Amino acid sequence: MTQWSGYLGLILQGALVTIELTLMGSVLALIMAFLAGMGRLSRFFVLRALATAYIEFFRGTSIFVQLFFAYFVLPLIGLELTPLQAGVLALGLNVGAYAAEVVRGAVQSIGREQHEACIALNLGRWQGLRHVILPQAFLVMLPTFGNNAIELLKATSVVSLISLADLTFQAQVVRAQTGNTMVPFATILVIYFVLALLISWGVRSLERRMARGLDGVRV
Amino acid sequence: MEWDWNFVWQIMPTLIQGVKITILATLLGSVLAAVVGLGIALARRSPNKALSRIVGWAAEFIRGTPLLVQLYFIFYVLPDIGILLPPLVAGVIGLGLHYGTYTAEVYRAGIDNVPRGQWEAAKACNLSARQTWTHIIIPQAIPPMIPALANYFIAMFKETPLLSAITVLELMNQAKSVANTYYRYIEPITLVGAFFLAISLCSVVLLRWLERRYGKIER
Repeated sequence: MTQWSGYLGLILQGALVTIELTLMGSVLALIMAFLAGMGRLSRFFVLRALATAYIEFFRGTSIFVQLFFAYFVLPLIGLELTPLQAGVLALGLNVGAYAAEVVRGAVQSIGREQHEACIALNLGRWQGLRHVILPQAFLVMLPTFGNNAIELLKATSVVSLISLADLTFQAQVVRAQTGNTMVPFATILVIYFVLALLISWGVRSLERRMARGLDGVRV
Repeated sequence: MEWDWNFVWQIMPTLIQGVKITILATLLGSVLAAVVGLGIALARRSPNKALSRIVGWAAEFIRGTPLLVQLYFIFYVLPDIGILLPPLVAGVIGLGLHYGTYTAEVYRAGIDNVPRGQWEAAKACNLSARQTWTHIIIPQAIPPMIPALANYFIAMFKETPLLSAITVLELMNQAKSVANTYYRYIEPITLVGAFFLAISLCSVVLLRWLERRYGKIER
């Protein structure tokens, strides 16, 4: 009988790396989503064009290719990245592009009367956005953001291919050392699933929390 | 390192080989996903509670775990129980199953969107369950689904590079082997990105057309 406890430790280490990647990737994705999403709604043509180019490029090419590009090609033009940095960069930029469309859609879904009310109250563009539009739009974005975060979690498995020791990588290590395939892969499938459930649960409770005080308002 | 056009033309035939496999895998995977999705959607509507609950949970599990790990599972674990699959077949099954759980939701929404009056009218006309489905519900449910389904097939296309992890010789794997032979990464990986971007942009045009043609929901 193999010593599974030691191998379990290895897999849990991998789980930590996966969680770390997911968190950092999500933060980058969130930042990019707001930058690009608001960029697409900007008054200035240059900003709109830049944001559209970013979104179309990162949604149009595969996350896998982007990751390989970040890890193998960027060093050749003088940008040396560790596997973790490359992973966070590729994941964050990729998912950020998808989430940017969510931001745009949510902001556009806020009714005209809200914008008109902002003008009537003599709020500046930034004030109106900050105090009236975004708080409502954020609630619309949240559920889709949750889905995006789960997509990001699942995409982290790809970083195992650039030698970052995440869950999938550790499962391969365990498989190579024990010759048993079933146990490590079944274990990590369950871990991924539990993490995904945690994310959707977290987003749902955040949604309830944010919706407080917005009763009677649309949504 | 400089961009070398001669090298680009030299590796182009190999990459085109890869593109063919990539497209083949996408097409086969799409067909499988369309069938699996319909199966899941119908099973979840089945009056048999146990069946619909089990299928629902299995679909949830497959959707919550990474495709890469599922591919490893199909390719490395199934041989242990005597099912030895060629890489491409394993890859297509993985893609089909994974995206089948997504298309199932599209079918569900499509079927739910058929107004209740249609079901009642079918009953009033004394149509059998089978006739109701084939003559009334499916013809009305399918067209609005087409853009959403196509969307998932494009997403699947962008996931095909994962098949390189289970030794399918598709575009990404061809590029990697070229890169490892000549030790030049810039051209192969960039070209892979360009191929994906080109095909994705074309498919976006197709998608817009599908949306215009079928996407209107009559109320």
